[in-house]
Amino acid sequence: MGSSTHDRDLPALGCQVRQPAGGTIATAHGNGEQKRSSAQGDVTLPEWRENSPAGVFQDRPWRALWQARELIGYFALRDLKLRYRQTVLGVLWVVVQPVASVAIFTLVFSRLAGVSSEGIPYPLFALVGMVTWTYFSSVVISASAVLVTNGNLITKVYFPRMAAPTASLLPPAVDLAVSLVLVAVVALYYHIFPGGPLLAFPLWLVLLAMTAIGVALWFSALNVKYRDVQYAVAPMLQLWLFASPVAYSASGLSGWGRLAYAVNPLYGVIEVGRWALLGTPWPGWPLAISVSASGLILVSGLNYFRRAQRTFADVV
Amino acid sequence: MSKVYALGDRQSAREAVVSAARRMVRLERARHNEVWSLRDVTFSVKDGEAVGIVGRNGAGKSTALKILAGITSPTSGVARTRGRVAALLEVGTGFHSELTGRENVYLNGAILGMSRREIARSFDSIVEFSGVERFLDTPVKRYSSGMQLRLAFAVAAHLEPDVLVVDEILAVGDAEFQRKSLGRMEEAGREGRTVIFVSHDLDSLSAICPRSLWLEAGRIRGEGPSREIIRDYLASGLASAHTGAALIRVGALTVLDVRVTAHERASAVLMQEEELRVEVDFELAEEIPGLDCAVNLTTSTGVRVLDQALSDSGQRRLPKGRYRVQLVVPPILNVGTYAVGVYFGTQLSDLVDEPGVVSFTLHGSDHGRPGRVLISNFPMAVHPLTA
Repeated sequence: MGSSTHDRDLPALGCQVRQPAGGTIATAHGNGEQKRSSAQGDVTLPEWRENSPAGVFQDRPWRALWQARELIGYFALRDLKLRYRQTVLGVLWVVVQPVASVAIFTLVFSRLAGVSSEGIPYPLFALVGMVTWTYFSSVVISASAVLVTNGNLITKVYFPRMAAPTASLLPPAVDLAVSLVLVAVVALYYHIFPGGPLLAFPLWLVLLAMTAIGVALWFSALNVKYRDVQYAVAPMLQLWLFASPVAYSASGLSGWGRLAYAVNPLYGVIEVGRWALLGTPWPGWPLAISVSASGLILVSGLNYFRRAQRTFADVV
Repeated sequence: MSKVYALGDRQSAREAVVSAARRMVRLERARHNEVWSLRDVTFSVKDGEAVGIVGRNGAGKSTALKILAGITSPTSGVARTRGRVAALLEVGTGFHSELTGRENVYLNGAILGMSRREIARSFDSIVEFSGVERFLDTPVKRYSSGMQLRLAFAVAAHLEPDVLVVDEILAVGDAEFQRKSLGRMEEAGREGRTVIFVSHDLDSLSAICPRSLWLEAGRIRGEGPSREIIRDYLASGLASAHTGAALIRVGALTVLDVRVTAHERASAVLMQEEELRVEVDFELAEEIPGLDCAVNLTTSTGVRVLDQALSDSGQRRLPKGRYRVQLVVPPILNVGTYAVGVYFGTQLSDLVDEPGVVSFTLHGSDHGRPGRVLISNFPMAVHPLTA
């Protein structure tokens, strides 16, 4: 024990290491508990944390993530601050990107190919798709690299590893907010108001974030071990973009075709977004498939991440 | 606990798929190309205790710290810690050169596990400690490396963990920085924090940690009071000053060996508080009348702190044969490196005058006052002066 003259408000603690089977277990903490309980009454002791082959044990991983919320905030703030440093247009870039894509889509899909847009003016229709897609893809791109770019942190400091990909959700959210203002302006211009479904707007945000983090967890953890991922992300996203109803409407598909198409989790996200923001028809049953796919990716991503994170510091 | 690392290059996805497929069809067993960084290491550290870990490079010290800190997980076994563990394996982890000093303080603090409130509370103190007030809103890429280091350390110094795990951070920075950081470590120990300290700087280690572990090749080789562990550790792998062959030959005189011993053991590294002996073996092919011999010690800065001579002045006769000169040095020398010099000569001529035949290093505590000669166990007292 530390000398009794330093009777500061120190929780009982210590650390110990033991062998797998039949090894000695030190009970170094006994005194501390006694001192504490006699001096402080019913102050809760810090919990033992176990680091075993199964990883760093935490009672409730969600609580660890919650405790790391400030760190997540600082990670996000760092990326935000760094992003537009030394640029002339700064935050304007947030608007320029979707507007440019929508302009191209309008020209190609609407003018040249004559794609239907469910009764909504095509630029607005594509803009909602593009805004959704931009958020999703920027989260996935930044999350897939986040553990590798923060490799020095991973090998030198302990923090809940999930904090890093979780933090990648936030900076694109700022872009999303700015873009949504643009959507509102364009919708006003076309006199489009969804009415009641607008109340489901937060629900859409949750679905979007859930889908993005699920994919982000997979990619971030995979990229630590297999750097191939960083090269695969861009072409994969490109394919994914055209496999999602961003620039066109999925209403042309029906029956089994539509159900198969709905396996893409982005289908549900974009359809719900258009429903909530523009008042397009409720997507119906295929949505269940899409949301399930999204949930499956999230759950499996969480599982994979938690298993993979044990070796992050060794392989990154 | 144990920790195994697979050697070799990282696998690409393609290789992983190929080797998994091979394992499935039993063409190849799992790779045996692995190294045990830690093997069945078991220890415990009490609440408020400061424990040092010594060992050569690759002995597993850093791995042990990383497992304790939760950075990596053991291959088998369990590490249990209680309370908030802060690992200082590097100064300035997570500093970003584009961010300002102020932003980095908050970011780095959060990375090290401080809450925003804690950082805000210690912010002024951190800034004062670092001495970079004027540049707080300048990106740290414009800082000198010394300034970055000071700021980073200032943040680390204000951590208030329950368990502090420190690896070799004192190896960086100038003497002033090292003194400051060492001071903080000692303070942390006094405040009752549990400290686990890895360092090659054995003097600091024994100053901070009363107890030490000695890791060798992933296993615990010794455990006990730091002084003893360090002495054993130092003595373990060090060659003596003995070279085997004759050192110097001048006429009828041959200097066979010069060595420094403590507890009958020759070593180039010794503890400061031990009595040590300087021994010089020589051989006379014929009697040299009036032979004087002397042994001297010179510090690394060139100060000859000891020069002891056996003067013959014609009285003593040393017939042909082998002899050993033995000089007993009580523990009066400060820590540092010393060169042993030998002198042989007569009043007519100097035969041998070699100032640095062998050298040795004294370890021990300088009581936080480097460069000062501190002689312990000598009578010393303070008396009031009556005017």
